[in-house]
Amino acid sequence: MTQEYRKEKKYGMVIDLDKCTGCGACMVACMAENNVPFRDNETDKLKSITWMRVYQLNNGKSYPNEEICYLPRPCMHCEGHNGHSPCVTVCPAIATDYDRETGIVSQIITRCFGCRYCMGACPYHARYFNWWDPVWPDGMEKSLSPNVSPRMRGVVEKCTFCFHRYQLAYEKAASEGRRELRENEYQPSCTQACPAGAITFGDLINKNQAVYKMKKDPRAFRLLERLGTNPKIYYLSSREWVRRAGDNYHPDEETGIVKNHR
Amino acid sequence: MKIDRRCFLSLGIGATAGTALSPLPWKLMDDISIWSQNWPWTPVPPDGEISYTDSTCTLCPGGCGITVRKIDNRVVKIEGRKNHPVNNGGICVLGLSGPQLLYGPTRVQSPMKNVNGTFQKITWNQALSEITEKLLTIRAEGRSHTVAGIAGSSRGTVPALLQRFLTAYGSPNFYCQSSIEDSFSLSHIQPQNNKTIPGFDLENADYVLSFGTGIMDGWGSPLRMIQAGNAWKTGKTKLIQVEPRLSDTAAKSDEWLPSKPGTEAILALGIAHVILLESLYDQTAINYHSEGFSTWRTAVLAHYHPDKVAEITGIDSRTIITVGREFGHAERPVAIFGRGKGNTPLSLTEMSAVHALNVLVGNVNKTGGVFTLPEPNYISWPEISLDTKAETGLQTKQIAEGGLLHRLPSAIKEAEDSVTLLFVADANPCYTLTDTKEVIRAFKKIPFKVSFSSYMDETATLSDLILPNHSYLERYEDVPVTSGLRNPLIGFTKPIVNPLFQTKHTGDVIISIARAMKGSIGSSFPWENYLQCLKNGLGQHWNPLINNDVVEIKYVPEFEDIPRFAFQIPNDKPQVLLEGNENNMNLTLIPSDSLRLSSGYIGAPPFMMKTLPDTILTDNNTIIQIHPKTAEKLGLRQGCYAILKTPKDEKKVKIHLSQGIGEDIISFPRGLGHTAYDRYLAGKGINFNELIGPVEDTFSGLDVAWGIRASLIKA
Ligand code: SF4
Ligand code: SF4
Ligand code: SF4
Repeated sequence: MTQEYRKEKKYGMVIDLDKCTGCGACMVACMAENNVPFRDNETDKLKSITWMRVYQLNNGKSYPNEEICYLPRPCMHCEGHNGHSPCVTVCPAIATDYDRETGIVSQIITRCFGCRYCMGACPYHARYFNWWDPVWPDGMEKSLSPNVSPRMRGVVEKCTFCFHRYQLAYEKAASEGRRELRENEYQPSCTQACPAGAITFGDLINKNQAVYKMKKDPRAFRLLERLGTNPKIYYLSSREWVRRAGDNYHPDEETGIVKNHR
Repeated sequence: MKIDRRCFLSLGIGATAGTALSPLPWKLMDDISIWSQNWPWTPVPPDGEISYTDSTCTLCPGGCGITVRKIDNRVVKIEGRKNHPVNNGGICVLGLSGPQLLYGPTRVQSPMKNVNGTFQKITWNQALSEITEKLLTIRAEGRSHTVAGIAGSSRGTVPALLQRFLTAYGSPNFYCQSSIEDSFSLSHIQPQNNKTIPGFDLENADYVLSFGTGIMDGWGSPLRMIQAGNAWKTGKTKLIQVEPRLSDTAAKSDEWLPSKPGTEAILALGIAHVILLESLYDQTAINYHSEGFSTWRTAVLAHYHPDKVAEITGIDSRTIITVGREFGHAERPVAIFGRGKGNTPLSLTEMSAVHALNVLVGNVNKTGGVFTLPEPNYISWPEISLDTKAETGLQTKQIAEGGLLHRLPSAIKEAEDSVTLLFVADANPCYTLTDTKEVIRAFKKIPFKVSFSSYMDETATLSDLILPNHSYLERYEDVPVTSGLRNPLIGFTKPIVNPLFQTKHTGDVIISIARAMKGSIGSSFPWENYLQCLKNGLGQHWNPLINNDVVEIKYVPEFEDIPRFAFQIPNDKPQVLLEGNENNMNLTLIPSDSLRLSSGYIGAPPFMMKTLPDTILTDNNTIIQIHPKTAEKLGLRQGCYAILKTPKDEKKVKIHLSQGIGEDIISFPRGLGHTAYDRYLAGKGINFNELIGPVEDTFSGLDVAWGIRASLIKA
């Protein structure tokens, strides 16, 4: 069996915070796509599993000068230095891996045995632990998608950039004799759902895709950029206080030095 | 010995230190994780053939197009339909949670009869013959007018069938909840007893002045609004948001004017004052579209000087003057109204004050402005036939005066047996009507209540008979959408899956009851079934709807049928109407709407509850937002509990301090506090509607309560 050569991709997102209204559709689109479980009390946000979570930031000013901004946070699919994502390096079971073909940090739940080292290593709180077995009320298991296995108690889960959608798109392209995917053929569920068009997804190193140009926008920044996680989620904001909120800056330090994926 | 996963883990950590260099532990871990994950109770969703079907979402008045993904016969996902005129691919948290409603534990699975407080399954035959008999008896006794119906909307074939049934039966008592559309209509002089609906050409506006409208918080057709709002960002359209709290709309606006609650009308008149004073109005357009301008002009110039308005509204006069000038000079400015999601009607004074701005600058029926649309009467059914009993019944006065639903509970309380039988379709009045406790008390007095709900909502729970409708993913139905769209639409739902349970289309139920009653009632329903009736009613629209699920009703206004706007002479002493005594209740309670909360007749499914931030709900506590200074005055701290008291009720709430709200105002999330539905929703938080009661507008009688006085005491 020989696998034909595919060009290396670095899939990532550019999320325009000027556009995001905080509606939360990306969160539910993700849950519905990925069979994310739910419980009758989801108000303890440390235990509430949301691969995509929309945070609310504020500028810390007082009424009526307060401003708020919403920030959707999927997994950043950190490339680190040369594929050494923080979470990948610490996993003793190789249950999470940096895929060099797509740049996606995978989560192989059948390998995960729940040590939660990765959760400690992830600076973005993008990982969630299943403290309980998932329970769907009688009949509701009919709404589960066969493309993503439901997880069980004791494993960690997180955003996969809807990897199954990549596989499906790739299979389809292959059946049509194509080796490369078109830009719109593979889009994660959150991106597709967003009514504000705030999320743009694509190959960050492909000159012909929208994200390639967008990541160079002067409004662009990444979260905790200086930790060296090399995240593949870029954010755009025209507001300086929002960009500052993206990292721990000294008061007299300047923002805006974004190293781009190449 | 039983080793669970956690126990295994602690063993593992101890062992790892010494064996890290050997491949053995890694292999073992892998094996053990495979072993420990073979839980038989984790479902394995069966694979099958994927298909996609287009339909229309009916979960709010938005009318979005949806694409439903199925695996064989299972609905696994709902996505926004691409290129749909309303939402163009976007979708909201409620629409996305549709499969959870379809398959959820709240579905009513067969007709149910309430026997001494517990529901018992009955057959459709039993249910239908019982209800038919009851109706025949009431009619024979000459009390046909005591049968009433409440529908979720006044449009579409199902509400129309219910109304038609009541008419043929002999009752004028058909009700639905009033909205800002009613206020708008009443502010116009109608050509012939018509209704006028506002259509906003927001996509083409270049200056948007919003009086509390939740553009990003679920007003009108929510996703269309978000998309219009984002187009403004890319273009150069300015959004000015007048609102007492920093809503998601205010957060996205170019300028937030944090007015004192309830002073929107006064602010609008202050802005009008600037436009009048600086002659920025379009006299020709005013003559063409309205009546009563000159008297109004004098009154506004006399009593609404920006300085005075500033004092009342809390917005300084320089800002008022700037906004007035900008609005007057903009090419395609538009003023938009309806607080939050726009479910509460506006007083005629406020409606008129705000829309006057549109009339002044001449943007009525113009690109980028407000269109006065006729009611989309697209249903073409044969004439109804009335016998003498029907005619007599129809001559009685409506139980709730003026046909206003909010008056129904007190009318029932006043006159025992004024309603003997009530039908409720696509509505949940025992949750959505204000002064909910009183509503429930009145509801319980009705001897026989019939709910058509697909879900076990509050109203269904209190009913005597439930005749469950198919869910929207199991049925054919037209979905008329106005919701502020420039052109109204007819959407269309079709069965994506076969009915899962023993449910029946409400249309079919009404038709079969009517036909069983024979006589003129039966002959007013000449259709074999609902599908035939729908096809007959939709006429020319049937084919396009079957093929494409949506039809736009294009309307080009012509002079003869333009309803004329009536300038409402404003009070010379600007005032804010609010229930409660200022002396012992010196705070103002206002609701906050959000797209993550469902405040309509459909309760939030589990996924939607998951998106609620912990600044709205923690455990079962509703969290209210107040300014730190308010808290200081009352001795309250972040996270503490307090008793919130209004003239209607008192509740225990949790405090969140916020800089997004002015002093002495309480912002309270609307859409929580369900008692029915499932364990994911029931008992979570407080229903805002219980804390507030109807306040009638003196001119229109509409319930225009936008808030209420309140007090907070540390618990
Ligand atoms: S965001 Fe967290 S989970 Fe995702 S790749 Fe980075 S470190 Fe790993
Ligand atoms: S769906 Fe889009 S607008 Fe809504 S919260 Fe997510 S990113 Fe923001
Ligand atoms: S906005 Fe309304 S109509 Fe549109 S998807 Fe959401 S609930 Fe359905």
